[in-house]
Amino acid sequence: MNRRDSLKALGLIAAGSGVLASACKDEKGQSAKQVENASDKLPGVQEFEYKRTEALMAETFFTEHEMATITVLADIIIPKDEVSGSASEAGVPAFIEFMSKDIPSYQTPLRGGLKWLDVQCQKTYGNAFVKCKKEQQIALVDEIAYPQKAKPEMAQGVAFFSLMRDLTSTGFFTSEIGVKDIGYQGNKPGIWNGVPADVLASHGFDPDKFFG
Amino acid sequence: MSVFQIKENPEVFDAIVVGSGAGGGMAGYILANAGLKVLMLEAGPFFDPAKDAMQLRWPWESPRRGAGVTRPFGDFDAAYGGWQLEGEPYSKVAGTEFEWFRARMLGGRTNHWGRISLRMGPDDFKPTDGVTDSWPISYEEVKPFYDRVDRMIGVYGTVEGIHNEPDGIFMKPPKPRLNELYITKGARKAGVPVIPGRGAVLTESSPEIKGRGTCFYCGQCGRSCKVYGDFSSSSCLVIPAMKTGNLKVIDNAMVREVLTNDEGLAIGVSYVDTKDLQEYAVKGKKVILGASACESARLLLNSKSKSHPGGIGNSSGLVGKYLHDSTGASLGGFLPQLLDRKRYNEDGAGSVHIYSPWWGDHNKLNFPRGYHIEYGGGLHMPSYGFLNFVPNVNGMVPGKNGEKKEMGGYGAGLKDDYRRFYGANVGMAGRGTALARKENYCEIDPGKVDKFGIPVLRFHYKWANEEIAQAKHMQETFQSIMHEMGAIITSNIPGADTLYGLEAPGKIIHEGGTTRMGDDPKTSVLNKWGQAHDCKNVYVVDAGPFVQQGDKNLTWTILALSMRTAEYILEQNKKLA
Repeated sequence: MNRRDSLKALGLIAAGSGVLASACKDEKGQSAKQVENASDKLPGVQEFEYKRTEALMAETFFTEHEMATITVLADIIIPKDEVSGSASEAGVPAFIEFMSKDIPSYQTPLRGGLKWLDVQCQKTYGNAFVKCKKEQQIALVDEIAYPQKAKPEMAQGVAFFSLMRDLTSTGFFTSEIGVKDIGYQGNKPGIWNGVPADVLASHGFDPDKFFG
Repeated sequence: MSVFQIKENPEVFDAIVVGSGAGGGMAGYILANAGLKVLMLEAGPFFDPAKDAMQLRWPWESPRRGAGVTRPFGDFDAAYGGWQLEGEPYSKVAGTEFEWFRARMLGGRTNHWGRISLRMGPDDFKPTDGVTDSWPISYEEVKPFYDRVDRMIGVYGTVEGIHNEPDGIFMKPPKPRLNELYITKGARKAGVPVIPGRGAVLTESSPEIKGRGTCFYCGQCGRSCKVYGDFSSSSCLVIPAMKTGNLKVIDNAMVREVLTNDEGLAIGVSYVDTKDLQEYAVKGKKVILGASACESARLLLNSKSKSHPGGIGNSSGLVGKYLHDSTGASLGGFLPQLLDRKRYNEDGAGSVHIYSPWWGDHNKLNFPRGYHIEYGGGLHMPSYGFLNFVPNVNGMVPGKNGEKKEMGGYGAGLKDDYRRFYGANVGMAGRGTALARKENYCEIDPGKVDKFGIPVLRFHYKWANEEIAQAKHMQETFQSIMHEMGAIITSNIPGADTLYGLEAPGKIIHEGGTTRMGDDPKTSVLNKWGQAHDCKNVYVVDAGPFVQQGDKNLTWTILALSMRTAEYILEQNKKLA
């Protein structure tokens, strides 16, 4: 088989599995929900993995108040800008909720960190974080967003914010919005013929040589 | 009806193959194509990459975005299994370590491996330094089989003429990515050679290779390939062998022991169906073990009888001994030259585009043998945690306005930093020769069984000065390459307290040596054909027969040796006929 045949075979496979999957969903009459959850049992997913995911999806870990706090924080970390939407628009809070159930060791640092944040805000501004004014929220985030210049008494907040930041960047840049934002061009059949000539030239490599 | 009933299959197979990875797959393929009636038993489920691969899935199709929670290499990786399996434990002698990776599925670990396909060299088979024992066979004897594996399965690379890095019959290699061009330049300045990679990926079509598509460059070999564009034992060996009508595969079949008669010859195997726990016994004229080095050793040790009181193959007492993995250590950083880089599809092939074959001069070194280096980085598909490094490094270089900013941050500025640093990271990992030592071994744990009642393995493995000195050398080399290419190192540079970042044995998933071959039955388990000295119709075709692996990833050698063993079996059959 040459490359054209590969692509043809692949197209057929993709169409075939798509048709099968939607047929199954229609039978169960719950296609919308399952697509939304991204928890369809894809071919190749093991039974125990599928069941585990379904069970986690059915559980709730964070309270409404905690989710509201996560949403505000996530949007402070990744706000909407001229290129793309915000963390919450990309579904980051729901992703963090899932991860806290998927990796239970996240539960205490996240829940405890959210509480730490509220206690700090209560002491300083007399309100929980989400009830504080925007500039008050930012003032507190400024105290915990820069590990090297944060005051020692803020260290627990720094650790919490770093975890939130990592989960937010993953949640955002692995979403459909985020993948487009970051400009990833692959995950599709193509031909790799090396680095494009203009890129080689701008980095001072010779396009005629294998190793530039 | 008794509670414990063993169902016996009356059919006598010409051969029973245990395991469907590179070794089992190749043996099954050769024998079935020669007309033998072969039964293959696989402990995991059937797996066909054409249907089951997660290839071309997007990160958001996994609720955990591909995090390594249920699979160590992430949701999209093709391996079913990992270093820990539910109900199938193993133990370690206190003060020693070993991590045992098992993939339970048709094709085993070949479904997700890196496809790095290196031949062992003349000095790997017949060492000239006297540090480890010689193999009973030379490179020249294995070369014809390597050649045939190259043509049959396909491998890309370039003819380089390096003495201990033998060339093969190569397809054209993929061109380097941008970071790989910088790495090559830096490494060569540091005195480290870099050559095009060697990978089992079809970059060209070949009249000798039928039923497989050529690579379409998604860079996802680790997910296994829907068009069979890379080598998996499932797609390239087992499924084609089934089409001959001569190979029958039973999946979810965990083999308990090899059964022998009063003369001590194998007559078949017993196994348990892992789904319904029904016990079975099947008969075969030959039993070929390709269950993986440690699993095959376990099976032999558990096959005790009057004629084999210590287990089959173990009259030497060496089954399980000489266990050795590769050494591994790594370092990461980023290239300031690649900040704000132009976007284009840089997925490339899913095996290595470049690597550094071993170059060292032992007159100047305090350790024997050596290692090769594999490199990473590029504009890869977003995945769990891929940008976590950014807030830890965004204060290390001037921002777009020329001023250094404070590390960390949030908001529009950080969002832009993520874009800025994407694709600027580089990584390098050494894979080296760990010496095969009698003192490093697996054995049957006298006090434990798995959920099927099969006695489990206990490991005893310690690194020694040779491996630690090698890891130290790796770290020094990585740093000088990083320096020469103008990269900024972002990993903590591991020191003596962490054995220079030397990974625990087993972590590189290159274990072998547990049923080593040799001419003397007192110092080896198998003869030079992979046949047990003390049980003539039992063979081992995984990495167990390796006397000593080189720094070359083992799959290509497993394939060549398994082909050689299978053809030896055919020749023996011919002589009897």
